[in-house]
Amino acid sequence: MTRYATQALAMVKGLAVTFRYLFRRPVTVAYPEEKPRVAARYKGRHWLTLYADGMERCVGCELCVIVCPSQAIYVKAAENTPDHQVSKGERYAEIFQINELRCIFCGFCEEACPTGAIVLGHEYELAGYTRDSLIYTKEMLTEPYPGASGRDPRREI
Amino acid sequence: MPGEIGIMALKSAFLVFLLLTACAYMTLLERRMLGRFQVRIGPNRVGPFGLLQPLADGIKLLVKEDFVPRGADLLVYWLAPGLSMVTALLVYAVIPFGPEVRIFGREVPLYLADVNVGILLVLAISSLGVYGIVLGGWSANNKYALLGSLRSTAQLISYELALGLAVISVVLQAGSLSLVEIVKAQERVWFVVTQPVAFLLFFIAGVAETNRSPFDLPEAEHELIAGYHIEYGGFKFAMYYVAEYINVVTMSALAVTLFWGGWHGPWLPAPLWFLLKVFGFVSVFIWIRATLPRVRYDQLMALGWKVLVPLGVANVLATAVVMVLPKGM
Ligand code: SF4
Ligand code: SF4
Repeated sequence: MTRYATQALAMVKGLAVTFRYLFRRPVTVAYPEEKPRVAARYKGRHWLTLYADGMERCVGCELCVIVCPSQAIYVKAAENTPDHQVSKGERYAEIFQINELRCIFCGFCEEACPTGAIVLGHEYELAGYTRDSLIYTKEMLTEPYPGASGRDPRREI
Repeated sequence: MPGEIGIMALKSAFLVFLLLTACAYMTLLERRMLGRFQVRIGPNRVGPFGLLQPLADGIKLLVKEDFVPRGADLLVYWLAPGLSMVTALLVYAVIPFGPEVRIFGREVPLYLADVNVGILLVLAISSLGVYGIVLGGWSANNKYALLGSLRSTAQLISYELALGLAVISVVLQAGSLSLVEIVKAQERVWFVVTQPVAFLLFFIAGVAETNRSPFDLPEAEHELIAGYHIEYGGFKFAMYYVAEYINVVTMSALAVTLFWGGWHGPWLPAPLWFLLKVFGFVSVFIWIRATLPRVRYDQLMALGWKVLVPLGVANVLATAVVMVLPKGM
């Protein structure tokens, strides 16, 4: 008898809980009109960042290419020359491509990069009509001005 | 007399329209409320506040492929959903929405028929509705459908008993089988006050009768995929769906009529009170669905036969004794 009573009580308790939740604010948002705010460390699309003086951070070391588990990055390095100084190292990336369709947004590339050149930003609306359009080239990846990706251009790495 | 028939036809048409609309919007209400219970927004895309969602669903179901499984018993396969829906609608012939009102100098009662054995008719018709489920499950030539319909039958028969016993206590107290008379007998005290046990029985059995969770075993997704209507698609499926929702409204309306004083209530006009109370009950149905998990089949049967039925019998006996005692002394 007491068992039935506890069971019935548990049911009432459960109903009380759901009733409280009825008046909570929904945790979901009406998406296209209202964008969810992502966390500060969210891993979205990549940026190739610049120094504050406009120099490229990437030194074409290809560490990101090696670490990438889905082999989404392609880098072809070229030597810096005194009259064509692109980055602060010996070399720079002449070609830099990331296939955003292959990328799993693990962030390993950002961790491996010795100069902090490649970072993962906050944009998550990565869609396109063709596969080609989602292979991001160096022009698309390089931030338009120092700090455009949201990272401090004066940081160490 | 032709005038009478005209009014009757008008009332029927209005009632069917009202019921189908109510049932369409109940699907929306249920989805939105379940959304809020689960702390999400729920469907709000079609029209303002998603108000056109039922329309979109209806159109979608209408234009779906009309599929008939191989080996199905065609006649029965086509007939069963209709049977389900028609019986569900038929019950409203005797449910009173309000007392007589004067429209254009005429006494118009706000119910279709005041049958003197109204509640018996309701039980009989709702039992007929079982055939829609049984035949639908059997004719589709699918083992899951058959299992679902068998479960459904067993469940409906077991809980109809408890339901009937709960109703008998009310009938004893009201001294009439007519639903209008039963409502009139609750002028001063609603029967939920004098018959709380019967109400509880009625409500639990009612949830089971309508195959709603936590008693939605006939359509337990993870065991039977969808139960008796698994082989139905398009509008035939919609008919089953409509029948299910109308049955929920019916159970709510019956609970209001038998226990919560029907159209009685202060200040507001009578039909409004009735509709408000029904709305409240429908919400409770949804609330329960959002809360309780499905029971196991043996638990369902044990609850029906070992708890509800004995309790119902005891309640009827107690009511009878209390009714007779003052007269005997
Ligand atoms: S985030 Fe991961 S998968 Fe994407 S490019 Fe960087 S290392 Fe490769
Ligand atoms: S992005 Fe970083 S890791 Fe990749 S090639 Fe450039 S410097 Fe090396």
